[in-house]
Amino acid sequence: MGRLSVDLCGIELDNPIIPASGTFGFGYEFAELYDINCLGTFSFKGTTLQPRFGNPTPRIAECPAGMLNAVGLQNPGVEQVIVHELPRLKKCFHKPVMANVSGFSISDYVRTCAALDREPQIGWLEVNVSCPNVHGGGMSFGTDPKSAADVTQAVKSVTTKPVILKLSPNVTDIVTIARACADAGADGISLINTLLGMRIDLKTRKPILANTTGGYSGPGIFPVALRMVYQVAHAVSVPVIGMGGVSSAEDVLEMMMAGARAVEIGAANLVDPWACPKIIEALPSVMDRYGIQSLTELR
Amino acid sequence: MNDISMKVLQNRPLTADVRELVLQGDTAAIIRPGQFVNLKLDGCYLRRPISVCDLNADRLTLIYKVVGRGTGLLAEMPAGETLSVLTGLGNGYDLSLAGDAPLLLGGGVGVPPLYLLAKRLIGQGKAVQVVLGFNRKSEVFYEEEFKALGAQVCVTTADGSYGTKGFVTDALPEAYSHVYTCGPEPMLRAVYRKIVTSGSFSFESRMGCGFGACMGCSCKTITGYKRICKDGPVLEKEEIRWED
Repeated sequence: MGRLSVDLCGIELDNPIIPASGTFGFGYEFAELYDINCLGTFSFKGTTLQPRFGNPTPRIAECPAGMLNAVGLQNPGVEQVIVHELPRLKKCFHKPVMANVSGFSISDYVRTCAALDREPQIGWLEVNVSCPNVHGGGMSFGTDPKSAADVTQAVKSVTTKPVILKLSPNVTDIVTIARACADAGADGISLINTLLGMRIDLKTRKPILANTTGGYSGPGIFPVALRMVYQVAHAVSVPVIGMGGVSSAEDVLEMMMAGARAVEIGAANLVDPWACPKIIEALPSVMDRYGIQSLTELR
Repeated sequence: MNDISMKVLQNRPLTADVRELVLQGDTAAIIRPGQFVNLKLDGCYLRRPISVCDLNADRLTLIYKVVGRGTGLLAEMPAGETLSVLTGLGNGYDLSLAGDAPLLLGGGVGVPPLYLLAKRLIGQGKAVQVVLGFNRKSEVFYEEEFKALGAQVCVTTADGSYGTKGFVTDALPEAYSHVYTCGPEPMLRAVYRKIVTSGSFSFESRMGCGFGACMGCSCKTITGYKRICKDGPVLEKEEIRWED
């Protein structure tokens, strides 16, 4: 094991850096810029059973220290992901990839995960029960412990791949939800998805986002994310992936000191498309500065 | 796409709220007129996309309207400052569609990308006709610059205070081979309805990344979903599907 390598649910990652779903597509745009095989892995664009256009535009708004998005899970649907996206992804990325799955019913989640389970390159299923930008699904499964446990159990029954539940911060007590997922058989927990927010345009006096509300991401949410990662990592025994506003090697180490096994990077990729390779390159010297020999000692 | 550190050489007002920014730095990644760059400004999280107005090997001219906080910060940047610029974004205009007598229709801050386009088309020996539309006389810019390229230029103002009274669609010439246009959406819709040839339309959108990763600026077209930033900003007339 190298000094940056970590184990995520039985699969070794060369480093803990994982571009977060929705900020990295299926990797091609970034593969034009750098060899994406330098990444630990990446979580591909949130995939649903049926194709989705998503929400009307504007879908993006600027915020202090971050951004709002209300994309609404635009994706070609699981069948097209398997037929078109995964073969193309395979050409530029040669490691296990993380599949991000969303749904509007338990049956949606089950059918999508069952289809992706047959794909050899998929290492983990990251089950998103936390999308704040769709109605009648997504986050509604992640804000109630019973629903989150039901999704976990149902998905686990159709796959042998590690199942990681991606949780919403838009809850009163995230520990209860995380425990419910872990008890239902989740192999890992990733958090946090975006914080529900909104902006109003002073000139039009109307919300900037066509969807009215959107998910807040970027450095502004880092302390909230870190606190929740800390709480969850101390409450469950399964590995935790920390995310939310991570933008530097220092942030990565802070997340891991809070208890994260690996770290997802989201909004930072949109502002600096080379953010992840820069962080990976900076990690060893920043570890040196703080006397960290290998990342496994932070566990 | 490249991330280039560029130095501000000049940042001057053209009208009350439209400014011309000249940057120094490598422009090699910009292949076509109609492409854009994405500027990182201190004090803003997301970058700000601005279309390319003119360039040479190490110099880039951008024209922008001060509309919000980002462009407000940009307006205050003095010469000598540097900023991170993602260059060579978007598809740009396809020059091969021009025909012998292309018509360029620009409205307001939609005018700038047509400047480099006119320059390139004239360089290819095309007879370029340009109609530039503004609200009023005080908002007119770049008329002389287009004339200096050798284009035949007509200016319209909505209030009639300068040039032809009306919109660009009120000043279409009798004959043209292809239309290239950029401007506010109501103008693009009017152009779409009125022109009798093929046309290339450049769209504006609120973007997240500017390079196709976030799906923040998706739109529906006849040929499927497209990202304004990566598959656009230029869409051809036959693929446009207007949303109501």
